[in-house]
Amino acid sequence: MHKFKRQFLSGPYVIWIFGFIVLPILMIVYYGVTDSSGAFTLGNITAIAEPIHMKALLMSLKLALICTVICLALSYPLAMILNNLHLKRQSFVVFIFVLPMWMNFMLRILAWQLLLSNNGILNTVFEALGFPKVSLLNTPSAVVFGMVYDFLPFMILPIYNAMGRIGKDIVDAARDLGCSQFQVFIKIIFPLTVSGVLSGIIMVFVPALTSFVISNLLGGGKVLLIGNVIEQEFMQNMNWNMGSGLSIVLMIFVIASMAFMNSHSKDGEGTAVW
Amino acid sequence: MITMKKKLFFLTILLCAAAFVSGCGSPDGKETLTVLNYGKYFDPEALEMFEEETGIKVEYEEYESPEEMYTKYKAGSIDYDLLCTSDYMIQKLIQEGEVLEMNHDNISSYQNLDPKIIDASASFDPDHTYTLPFFYGTVGILYNTDEVDAKETDTWNVLWDSKYDGKIIMENSVRDCFLVPLKQLGYSLNSTDKNELEEALQMLLEQKPMIYAYFVDETGDEMAAGNASLAVVYSGEAAYAQSLADNLAYSVPKEGSNLWIDSWFIPKTCKNQENAEKFLDFLCREDIAKMNFDYVFYATPNMAVYENLDEETKNDTTIFPDQSVIDNCEVYVSLDEEGTDLYNQLWKKLKSD
Repeated sequence: MHKFKRQFLSGPYVIWIFGFIVLPILMIVYYGVTDSSGAFTLGNITAIAEPIHMKALLMSLKLALICTVICLALSYPLAMILNNLHLKRQSFVVFIFVLPMWMNFMLRILAWQLLLSNNGILNTVFEALGFPKVSLLNTPSAVVFGMVYDFLPFMILPIYNAMGRIGKDIVDAARDLGCSQFQVFIKIIFPLTVSGVLSGIIMVFVPALTSFVISNLLGGGKVLLIGNVIEQEFMQNMNWNMGSGLSIVLMIFVIASMAFMNSHSKDGEGTAVW
Repeated sequence: MITMKKKLFFLTILLCAAAFVSGCGSPDGKETLTVLNYGKYFDPEALEMFEEETGIKVEYEEYESPEEMYTKYKAGSIDYDLLCTSDYMIQKLIQEGEVLEMNHDNISSYQNLDPKIIDASASFDPDHTYTLPFFYGTVGILYNTDEVDAKETDTWNVLWDSKYDGKIIMENSVRDCFLVPLKQLGYSLNSTDKNELEEALQMLLEQKPMIYAYFVDETGDEMAAGNASLAVVYSGEAAYAQSLADNLAYSVPKEGSNLWIDSWFIPKTCKNQENAEKFLDFLCREDIAKMNFDYVFYATPNMAVYENLDEETKNDTTIFPDQSVIDNCEVYVSLDEEGTDLYNQLWKKLKSD
């Protein structure tokens, strides 16, 4: 009886998974391996090797990588500082991180558009201070900037959580036994936060790799990422087959990067992204 | 406390159920007309007037781009009775046999429409049997009069002038972008010749480092904010930008450009052609066409409206292009599959460079 009830309760979730995750993926796979007449082909998947698509994919990988490295470089020290502050109300710190996510991320990116544009607020300030104007918007750097801004909380939170879990007594014991501050970091803190770092990397790298809205808004249509190519195939060229084929390739990249990360994490904590 | 909660719970359920029933309950036998149109392209007040006058309920839906409209229509989940879209997309749908002929005898106010614009529609509707023009306009250069001399903008060449490095906005849609170099080179903007298009691509690649951005809907606001000096835009977008800033002017270069005509047609999915024609007759009526003109501010082919406009609006060449300009412009022709693929390929080449 109990078992039946439990299964019954999972019903909506099963329907959800099937209807909104499994079915769409199957459809993408179907479209990806057929041409417009419905015949089987691998052309849509091998199309990634075309120089144009390859360029877009490499650009996506490059920007996603830069974004992840910057996020990591910003987050790790920040998480350490916050953790060492021993704030009484830790939940408040978490609240501060999550706060920007309360606002729609598109709106926040649009705000950056206004800040960075040629006559934008930043350039107005530069001008007032006597510096020459700089073109910031509509460059790959602006896209990376937007990605870092949007995805930073996803890096900070898991690292901060992992650090918070390290028992004070472990650190105290290490100090008692003669470890220097540096050794404590190398031998204790870093190894114990690796899981957080890895899940942070996945949570930043994957959305950065697949994003197309940020590059549209901050790249001014000049920065073509693989996500933009896919969007264009679906929305403008009405070539759903090609769009699906390229999506499959992108999915393979996402899964590969996640598998790579998972195989490098020793404990399962924090990395249970999939 | 528990009973209170329970009461609240049941009350909520009851309310939800009531909302559900009233929402799904069958309408009071009213006839409906399902209309699909560009966003912000019809005065909502005029829609209400139509409902009051005829008792026909209008299910009004909007879309952003012709391609989106095509996807929506082809998906087939909604049976549309009436559609409005751009020339080349209508041609594509006519070729696919998706469009019904309309009976102009049922549309008495059809005579209000400018025969010149109806003639210009011949490129996508040769016998004028399928479409009814709604608004038209051109593609040209919107420029900042503080930074650009008006004389320079009578040629597309100004968009390759290194003086304006980083201050140029191009259209972020494949055909509107390629029309510029094609016209500059003296070719047709409907060209599908590989060599001609390659030449055009080379020009665009050369121009790309000087481009501020490729935009569509943002162009007006960006120009009004002074973020760029020159932009390729639709005349309607130019009129909108001019309403925001005084230092903007619009010009259609002498090499020629695109004349676009957004028209209404009755798709195959129409369930009540008579009602659809009633709606078309309604929107061609002078008072309604005037309402829509004031709302949209694009060039109206409705002569009854045009005649009664004040001189200033009539002579505003941003909205109403001169006849000589119209004669110098081409209407887009829909491309075959091969041509579409070629354009898309070149577009991706340009964007990924």
